[in-house]
Amino acid sequence: MTSPRSEQPASTPPAETGAEGTGVPGFRTWRGVYTFVVLCFAGFVAMLAWLTGTFAP
Amino acid sequence: MNAVDYAVLVGSMLAIVAYGMWRSRGSRSLNAYVKGDGNAGWGTIGLSVAATQASAVTFLSIPGQGFESGLGFVQNYFGLPFALIIVSVVFLPIYRKLNVYTAYEYLGRRFDGKTRVLAAGLFLLQRGLAAGITIYAPAIVLSTVFGWQLDLTIIVSGVVVTVYTMFGGSEAVNQTHKWQVAVIFGGMVAALVILLNRLPDEISLGDTLAVAGGLGKMEAVSFSLDPDVRYTFWTGTLGGIFLSLSYFGTDQSQVQRYLSGGSLRESRLGLMFNAVLKIPMQFFILLLGVLMFVFFQFERPPVFFNETVWRTQAAGAGGAELQTLATRYEAAQELKEQRIRTWLDARRSGDEAREDAARTEMVAAQKESDALRAETKAVLLKADPGIQAKDSDYVFITFILRYLPHGLIGLLVAVFFASTFSSKAGELNALGTTTAVDLYRHMRRGGTTDAQQVKAAKVFTALWGAVAIAFALYANLVENLIEAVNILGSLFYGVVLGLFFVAFFLKRVGGTAVFAAAVIAQVTVIVLYNTLSISYLWYNLIGCAGCVGLSLLLQTFLPSRPDSANAASNS
Repeated sequence: MTSPRSEQPASTPPAETGAEGTGVPGFRTWRGVYTFVVLCFAGFVAMLAWLTGTFAP
Repeated sequence: MNAVDYAVLVGSMLAIVAYGMWRSRGSRSLNAYVKGDGNAGWGTIGLSVAATQASAVTFLSIPGQGFESGLGFVQNYFGLPFALIIVSVVFLPIYRKLNVYTAYEYLGRRFDGKTRVLAAGLFLLQRGLAAGITIYAPAIVLSTVFGWQLDLTIIVSGVVVTVYTMFGGSEAVNQTHKWQVAVIFGGMVAALVILLNRLPDEISLGDTLAVAGGLGKMEAVSFSLDPDVRYTFWTGTLGGIFLSLSYFGTDQSQVQRYLSGGSLRESRLGLMFNAVLKIPMQFFILLLGVLMFVFFQFERPPVFFNETVWRTQAAGAGGAELQTLATRYEAAQELKEQRIRTWLDARRSGDEAREDAARTEMVAAQKESDALRAETKAVLLKADPGIQAKDSDYVFITFILRYLPHGLIGLLVAVFFASTFSSKAGELNALGTTTAVDLYRHMRRGGTTDAQQVKAAKVFTALWGAVAIAFALYANLVENLIEAVNILGSLFYGVVLGLFFVAFFLKRVGGTAVFAAAVIAQVTVIVLYNTLSISYLWYNLIGCAGCVGLSLLLQTFLPSRPDSANAASNS
């Protein structure tokens, strides 16, 4: 995936600066929200891997 | 189903529709009709996005998928969180900044009118046909099970959803989605609780999962690089990003849901809500199917779950053979239950050698059961080649009808209708809007008033509803229908995604180059589909890569694209 920050066309709005609030307690920037989403995904995959390792033959 | 079930079913559905109509009452502008009041919160958006994506097929087929193949299917959704992050970072800010009604309107501003019409046309063709399936697929299952008239089921459910979507617009769709999701969630949780309660007392949850694992249903994630393994972490993540990006970023049925947000923040949070919860939700539905599989090891399931087809054929010429198979299957299930209990005892004793031997016998019994089911399907197909031999869609509904109390049966059938309505409403809303905004308003010379545009959007919504109902009524004429629509989607999604990739990331490419590239790529995809025998999923990649590569190539022979002001004026 090409970085949207480096190759934005003219019509692309300015990249987020982190100043924009997310409104989510504990998350000041969207980068933090996205990191949380990826961590949730990783955690869920780890749980599935545990289920597989524990119960699959 | 008795009177209580019908009261729950009809009451819950009518109440939700009436609420949606009431919340969206009054004449409004095109902006309000297409984007609701434009103040939807992240919860409403998140639920609406989820409800549009989850059709009745999800709740009928996925438990059956878990029953048949286990948890591995969940990996198909692994690319979704990453795709939603990309949509949130790249696609959404652009759509909101330009204040567009549709995703294709953005292409008109970025390139030109003909590119916009091309993308909108591809969406209408693909989604218009898919809308028929959204009605047909659950109707065929429910009418078979309950003995309802198929045509009547299609027409009644199609007309109800068309009417409230047409009159209420996006606001009605958003409001009804919330309550439809509540019915769906309540129904599925109730089914899970009852399923767990009906397992034998001596079988703990750990035993239940162990039995599922011992019989091959618990391989939730696989990191295998073997191309013959159907579902893996790699195919699900890499392929899933691509497919989810096409769906959430460029399909108007999704774009319209998150554009109704009150702000960029609300829209983003609605998408992130789905990024976090979608995989657990699909896992939960699959797990329900896996638990049903274990449940049916201690109960006596039918040898073929579509009992209407079974009864018809059992009364025919091949009846004696089918009865023999049913008797053998029951005996095989009894033997299997004994072996499962023996294996569980051996497992508890900690004697590994005894456990291994017991597992080998248990797995052999499972293979015998599977072979008898396969033989039964072959006999049914031989007697009537027109029947649908795949019966996994009937597993969950069989459980509901046999083991749930009255009232809850009505609630679970309401789940199927709620999910039909929710996905169909999202599709119709998008089809009507795209036709009104990207074709009618764009092509009409002399301009249109706001009232004319709202009226046009309503008329087109009704027309697409009629098209979907008509397609659903004649759907049984098409062989292997759902796969046909999936193939159709894969043939067009790639090129449309390619258009958006060029728009976002290749600013030197202009409208003429990308339009020609898209047409050539689309024709190439269709020619390749008719000449090659590769999986249809690859055409998503071929279409996208072809459109992007050809755009770059063609642009080298064309003058530089006009500046954005000129391009915007073409829309």
